[in-house]
Amino acid sequence: MSDSVSYKQITMDGLWDNNVIFAQMLALCPLLAVTGTATNGLGMGLATVAVLVASGLSVSLLRNFITPQVRIPSFVLIIACLVTIVDMAMNAWVHDLYKVLGLFIPLIVTNCAILGRAESFAFKQSPFAAAYDGLMMGIGFTFALTLLGAFREVLGSGTLFANASLLLGDTFSFMEIIIIPEYKGFLLLILPPGGFLMLGFLLAGKRIIDKKIASLREAKLSSAEEAVA
Amino acid sequence: MSEEIEKKENEAVEEKKEDVVEDQPKSSFREKITYQAILLGVFALAASTLLATSNESTKDAIAERMKEDLLASLEQVVPASSHTNDLLKDVITLPREDGSETTIYRGKKDGEVTALAYGVVGYGYAGAISVIMGVDKNGEILGVRVLSHAETPGLGDKVEKAKSNWVESFVGKSFANLAPDKWKVKKDGGVFDQFSGATITPRAVVTAVKKGMDFFKTNKDKLLEVKQ
Repeated sequence: MSDSVSYKQITMDGLWDNNVIFAQMLALCPLLAVTGTATNGLGMGLATVAVLVASGLSVSLLRNFITPQVRIPSFVLIIACLVTIVDMAMNAWVHDLYKVLGLFIPLIVTNCAILGRAESFAFKQSPFAAAYDGLMMGIGFTFALTLLGAFREVLGSGTLFANASLLLGDTFSFMEIIIIPEYKGFLLLILPPGGFLMLGFLLAGKRIIDKKIASLREAKLSSAEEAVA
Repeated sequence: MSEEIEKKENEAVEEKKEDVVEDQPKSSFREKITYQAILLGVFALAASTLLATSNESTKDAIAERMKEDLLASLEQVVPASSHTNDLLKDVITLPREDGSETTIYRGKKDGEVTALAYGVVGYGYAGAISVIMGVDKNGEILGVRVLSHAETPGLGDKVEKAKSNWVESFVGKSFANLAPDKWKVKKDGGVFDQFSGATITPRAVVTAVKKGMDFFKTNKDKLLEVKQ
């Protein structure tokens, strides 16, 4: 069955076509909570990638034992277990990052995208494909989170990737940019309603791009048909 | 295009067939409720084993990190020059006015207590604000830091040292140089600044620190007592 899965398709789905945020509209709770800054978005995204890959892999490995009747409790158990392990591991070994994100790590459990991928993809696919799908979905999610965080941070507080060195180490301190010096801040965008607003704009942006792509494709197709005729 | 769709459909049909074939031999036992109960039981057991193992292997590291955090926040309110001992080693507990226990970290130099650090709690706009304060033996404030709060970002969060220098306005104050009834924000007739758009948060912090000062006054003897 795994042969029928095209990895190119998985990649495109995860990153754009079926992006967790921009297309599936899942996981809005962690999205609105953490994207006050681009750094927080990035960190939350990376932690989610770890959980998505691990949960995809384990659900796929166990898919022959799990019966459809009890699949949901099994998935929830697996995901909750993984998140708790990630939480403890981060607290112990990347403590500085944990201090920034600690509050949000348990929130990953509430990320319905993970359950959704377990249910709709990993449960039916080979372990490798499932892990790969988790990776791509996670990267797509991270991209969306970071993008939204970046917009909110620049417009809301005038900086970009503030505290990035806490997340990635001192070598990445060059990422911390003050875009608008002496900026008074735009409080609404930092608060959750600003997240909603910004998300709305980004979704509209994605639809415009999708439409452009579709019309370009159509134009190409029709011109090709004309050439044949 | 149409070829692709056909291909996909064929695949879908094939998938379905496979599913049916897979299901048949197992249907006898797999469909029974016993299997499902056992399955969930095994899963729960495996999950708890896994969690217990990882808890065991991260426990010490986490405790170590917590200690470092605590020490780091203590050092912010008690300057390192004021004492020579390990703050985390000299700990006493005393009851507060409301009966709850307060943990006090004591700094010593030359056999006498020179600095005290303890936590106080204020209630702001969005719940509890946890504050740690350092006081010297004469009741003069060495430093105040807000450890955790849920106040509005951009307005109330100026009580954080990272956002503004407001908390530094406590340093050097004591009941000796500032009468107890002046420990209020300016709006309430005190001496501490409020922020434009946010009065509740600084008021809560000032009230908490005042409580801490009262605590020092009532318990001064016990706090400075050195057992031989």
